[in-house]
Amino acid sequence: MATDLTAKVLDVLSQTDEPILSTDAFPSTPSSEIKSALDRLKSREMVAYETLDKDEAILTPEAEDIAANGSHEAKVFEAVLQAVEGMKISDLPKAVGQESAKIGRGKAFKEGWIKKDNDILRANRESITDTSREQLQTIQSTRTHPDPKILNDLKKRKLVTMHKVISYKLSKGPKFARQFVKEQTDLTAEMLASGTWNTVSFKPYNFKSMGAPTGSGALHPLNKVRHEFRQIFFEMGFEEMPTNRYVETGFWNFDALFVPQQHPARDQQDTFFISDPPYADRPREDPQETQHLPNGSASEPLPKKPKQDYEQYFENVKEVHETGKYGSIGYRYPYNDDESLKLVLRTHTTAISTYMLHKLAANPRPARYFSIDRVFRNESVDATHLAEFHQVEGVIADYGLTLGGLIGFMEVFFAKMGIHRLRFKPAYNPYTEPSMEIFGFHEGLDKWVEIGNSGMFRPEMLEPMGLPPDMRIYGWGLSLERPTMIKYGVRNIRELLGHKVDLNFVESNPAVRLEKD
Amino acid sequence: MPTIAVDKAALFEALGQDYTTEEFDELCFEFGIELDEDTSTSDRPVINGKQEPAQLKIEIPANRYDMLCFEGISLMLNIFRGKRDAPQYALAAPAGGQLECLTAHQQTSRIRPYVSGAILRNIKFTQARYESFIALQDKLHQNLARQRTLVAIGTHDLDTIRGPFTYEALPPEQIQFVPLNQTESMNAVEMIKFYENDKHLSRYLHIIKDSPVYPVILDANRTVCSMPPIINSNHSKISLKTRNVFIDITATDKTKAEIVNNIIVTMFSQYTSEPFTVEPIQIRSPHNHQTRQVPDLTPRETQASISYINSCCGLSLSASDICSLLRRMCYTASPSSASEDLIDVHVPPTRADVLHQADIMEDVAIAYGFNNLPRAFPNISGTVAQPLAINKLSDIVRLEAAMAGWSEVLPLILCSHAENFAHLNRVDDGTTAVRLANPKTAEYQVVRTSLLPGLLKTLRENKHHSVPIKIFEVSDVAFKDMALERKSRNERHFAAAFLSKNSGFEIVHGLMDRVMLMLKSAFMTSEEGLEGKGLGDSAYWISEVDDKTFLPGHAAAIHLRMGGKERVIGTFGILHPSVLERFELRYPVSTLEINIEVFL
Repeated sequence: MATDLTAKVLDVLSQTDEPILSTDAFPSTPSSEIKSALDRLKSREMVAYETLDKDEAILTPEAEDIAANGSHEAKVFEAVLQAVEGMKISDLPKAVGQESAKIGRGKAFKEGWIKKDNDILRANRESITDTSREQLQTIQSTRTHPDPKILNDLKKRKLVTMHKVISYKLSKGPKFARQFVKEQTDLTAEMLASGTWNTVSFKPYNFKSMGAPTGSGALHPLNKVRHEFRQIFFEMGFEEMPTNRYVETGFWNFDALFVPQQHPARDQQDTFFISDPPYADRPREDPQETQHLPNGSASEPLPKKPKQDYEQYFENVKEVHETGKYGSIGYRYPYNDDESLKLVLRTHTTAISTYMLHKLAANPRPARYFSIDRVFRNESVDATHLAEFHQVEGVIADYGLTLGGLIGFMEVFFAKMGIHRLRFKPAYNPYTEPSMEIFGFHEGLDKWVEIGNSGMFRPEMLEPMGLPPDMRIYGWGLSLERPTMIKYGVRNIRELLGHKVDLNFVESNPAVRLEKD
Repeated sequence: MPTIAVDKAALFEALGQDYTTEEFDELCFEFGIELDEDTSTSDRPVINGKQEPAQLKIEIPANRYDMLCFEGISLMLNIFRGKRDAPQYALAAPAGGQLECLTAHQQTSRIRPYVSGAILRNIKFTQARYESFIALQDKLHQNLARQRTLVAIGTHDLDTIRGPFTYEALPPEQIQFVPLNQTESMNAVEMIKFYENDKHLSRYLHIIKDSPVYPVILDANRTVCSMPPIINSNHSKISLKTRNVFIDITATDKTKAEIVNNIIVTMFSQYTSEPFTVEPIQIRSPHNHQTRQVPDLTPRETQASISYINSCCGLSLSASDICSLLRRMCYTASPSSASEDLIDVHVPPTRADVLHQADIMEDVAIAYGFNNLPRAFPNISGTVAQPLAINKLSDIVRLEAAMAGWSEVLPLILCSHAENFAHLNRVDDGTTAVRLANPKTAEYQVVRTSLLPGLLKTLRENKHHSVPIKIFEVSDVAFKDMALERKSRNERHFAAAFLSKNSGFEIVHGLMDRVMLMLKSAFMTSEEGLEGKGLGDSAYWISEVDDKTFLPGHAAAIHLRMGGKERVIGTFGILHPSVLERFELRYPVSTLEINIEVFL
């Protein structure tokens, strides 16, 4: 059908060198079909065309009747004129029809064409000009009227409706030919075998449409960002910590970090406590724990099995809280062992860093650790809070570290994520002193945005482990979700993590390059 | 972090300078507080025909109790800007020389063992000062005092009561008074009932409600002053006209009792006729050895090492440089005569957060300006980057699954008990799942022991997606493990789900085969004999299994032989239609779940 039309178009054009209008040549063919035929020819430069958009006035059925038989008032006039003795008003509907009688009589009076003599209607003149009819006839033949006022009036009287009409003005293209050669859509194995590939004509490729969708798997966007962070850590010499442990104890999650037992973070409102199993053991060496530890480590190998006195560690922590130790006056409150043995879902992966630093204390040496894993907070869920999120955490242990070194490190670390302007705000955190909030300048938002927390771990946290006082340790953390949401304009955290995430989002999210995006 | 709203004009007047919002924000940033909002450009409520004056809402870090009121913020900022020195607080006995006395009875040990207090003599309140005085008590109650459980503050017009005072613990029926802003006298039993539905006070009732005795402060005429931590008496209530304020502090934590007392008196003693002067009271509490004079406003004397401060900050400041920086942070410091490396530091009674020389070092760094510190890069001490073995293994499985055309999902780790068990036709025998004690919603009752609930919920929420849907997850589940210190262990699982018009049983089977191939495990059928095939060390086979999660006859257990040891590492199958129904799925689904830790 479409092919027939292309042939017809070529045929019509071959008979003239003048441009022709599609509406003249193919008045009854839908414009969409004409367009597809013209596009096929145009892509081969056989035909050129331009699209004409035009509003056309079309008569309504009532108006068609007027154009053919005259207006209501003209009909009334004619009927009255024909009646030699005049016409009784009651006879009028019989003569011109109910509707014309009703509308036409008043109009004819108004025009002064007829007059009333008791109940007899008489013509006032010999002839009239039926303007309405003439106007509609003009429209019928030209599809418009030179006077827009009249056109408007007729539209209002519902005699005329406007239609958008697309037509094409076509002419011969540079490669015009009478004949449309049948083209091959694709190169096939048969053509190669037969050699016909050399003689056939190929249909041009449509460079304006997308290719066929390719079947594909996808990694989760948040894990793609996680991968970027892991790469940055690896580039900077960090070893990944064994964070595959969701359940922690009050001791490792809080006490060992010098978070006092009455701290609001330990409230039922903030932390998930575990009801079953009921209690942890006091800190001790777990036989299975080491299985997840990396084999080699930092600058020198771990001693075979570091024997550590966990009971002493527990007592040191208790003492530094209760009465102070290591140059600290402590919080001076009665420490409750049971509080240490409560089981919680870890509220931060710093619990694991603490565990790792305690291991490090068996053989203190420079070390760089990181982790990116899930943490849990008993929060009310809203657009920016979920009960679970990922914490990115880094730890650097070395002798002689300075605060300026932490700042310098952060500048390099965040530059790798494409954030080049940082500033640091004094902050408070129970286990770091100094504590610095890291702000990055966000070009898109044109403002400073808090992007992480950092600090040097307190002596009250490190010295109970047995780490030497001159070993200083940086710690910093940020959530994985927040920078991802800022980078990719995700408004609701539930669109990023959890079962409500749209799979189409997972499947169409572009590859992540933090330094560029 | 508590947020304090202060009157903008009044604060700038106290600072002697008009700041633009940006300038003030900068000042806050440098000092370590945060300007949350400047209301001068926002719509402010009109009260009694007058628009509320512009406010600055300032976030205060949780350790700076001394900045929880207008007085503290303006004082500390002025000291920081070098506009004034830290005040020297003084104690002064009353005219007659005889201190007011507050005697604690032994019975109070049963409910609220510690008491402290002070008197602010000849104080002059204005409306703003009075409101700030009330607001500071409220902020201290909410934060440091942990909703009054640790410490409660009572304030009284001393001219309406008469010492000596007693702190007692009495049966509630015997405590009778008109509570603050009420007209009817009632006993404590009635009072607890009266306040049960009170929006504000009801949340404190639990602190004493079930105790046989309630704490109460009485004057010499046995007039009740307060029943901490609930309410003061109307009789002794303070007003704008009050000139002499008696403060009672009761507590379950004696350190915090003194901190709260010190904060209140140091902040508001600036309004007494002799500024920064406080009248102490005598506490008699022999039964628990707490007899003493309070408050103690003597600065805490400590020392800090110059080399320590310089080495942490990366600076080489002299002793006097450090001392002048510390002055801006409210300390008094001077080079020590004991050692060239030491400075003597007087920590003011307002700075209870200073526990260690690390805190002093930080304050030097703040006064110097964090952003002015010389940048360095920590020396690379030859550390070796290394991934965690289980994460490296997970990444292999994740990439293989994605390359095979499956999409990764990341559901939550917490789920409801039913989702983890009953929905999957599984029975909780009490030995596997870790249960939460205090979740806010039923969505979070257990730590998942299977990845399936999350996958199925993801399918449920993605009904608009075209079929087939192929999803997977590699992540941890957790199990109870009573042999371990934490009584629990994680286990890394790989799971996948296929949803389409057909079950896709052989498709999840194929994914499993693919992953096994990538993990160097060879497939064998049981007919071949389990001793067969010498393809490396690892081989797997599948066998039909009776598992209620799956359609009968369409579930398989995955057996792995590795290192001469044989074990079942997972299952796959067509989900039972009853499972589909509970997860609101209208298409057949096949799932696969294996424990990948064995491949470590």
